[in-house]
Amino acid sequence: MIEILKRFFNTFFRSLFKGKKQVKLGLYGPPNGGKTTLANRICQDWLGEDMGKVSPIAHETREIQIKEQITIKSKGKELSFNLVDTPGIATKVDYEDFLKHGMQEGEAKQRAKEATKGIIDSIKWLDDMDTVIVVIDATKDPFSQVNITIIGNLQARNIPVLIVANKIDLKRADKKKIEAAFPQYKVVGISAKYGTNFDEFYDELIKMA
Amino acid sequence: MLTLQFIPYSQISSLGPEERIKKILSLVKQEKIILLEGRLKQQEEADLIQKTMEDIDSKFTGIELSVIEPDEKDTSVYNRARKFLAKVLLGDRQGFTVVGPANIIKEIKKDPEKIQLLMKETKTGSKKKK
Repeated sequence: MIEILKRFFNTFFRSLFKGKKQVKLGLYGPPNGGKTTLANRICQDWLGEDMGKVSPIAHETREIQIKEQITIKSKGKELSFNLVDTPGIATKVDYEDFLKHGMQEGEAKQRAKEATKGIIDSIKWLDDMDTVIVVIDATKDPFSQVNITIIGNLQARNIPVLIVANKIDLKRADKKKIEAAFPQYKVVGISAKYGTNFDEFYDELIKMA
Repeated sequence: MLTLQFIPYSQISSLGPEERIKKILSLVKQEKIILLEGRLKQQEEADLIQKTMEDIDSKFTGIELSVIEPDEKDTSVYNRARKFLAKVLLGDRQGFTVVGPANIIKEIKKDPEKIQLLMKETKTGSKKKK
């Protein structure tokens, strides 16, 4: 009962102030799904600058990053928001994984420590989001519990969700598998790296928000 | 020795969210794989990940987690209504949750009709299916 009331008040106050404050648009997903690459693409398209550093090593983004006042336009409509790039959510962080990328033990342990803190921050920030894009690597298994937990928590908070199937430029990418895993959500296939299908992405983003 | 511990829903139903998470993490840290009847609430799953992150150190590297629910793929109106009714009657008791230590379980693959636990080769070198 308390949970239902909490949800009702969250939704009520969110809708009450939506017109007065800048919408917070969060990028969520597992590590290495391409959240920062997507953030950079959005910022390049509309601000002409990057948002964060990208790397093939997991947990490159270990702190919440915010880019304020982005306005996107599509088919005569526009949307202004603050873009929030979050560290990838995972259920495990092993410093030994970073050693495989040539890091020294001290550096790897520090990175692991920062990664765990980043994951905690990402989860805490869920309550602050108005709209979320869940970025899923289309070459990976979409049924991972991290994806299900993120989407389930957003659904429980009544936060609108757009699922992005990223990396569709790769042969192994399977957007249909993601659609089958989350049939109740709109899934847009993109390549954040190459800017593929961004017209549809921006269109769907405006529709959803 | 690898231990698979079954936890009936009755063992956690009376516990609060924090106690449930504490119980699960305590068993996982003893290197046990837990097969829990039913599932945690969405918020509890997020809290479990959060608490796991707080506890990570050089020995405990985290968890592998997966939930299997009946007829997840079946989205027909009849089956959705049936699932809704079952949820009303049984609450979070439906399905199973598998939680295990990440230093033992390499990956949990969901089909989604079956769960495959891929174990780390250094420990057992074997593959278990449910």
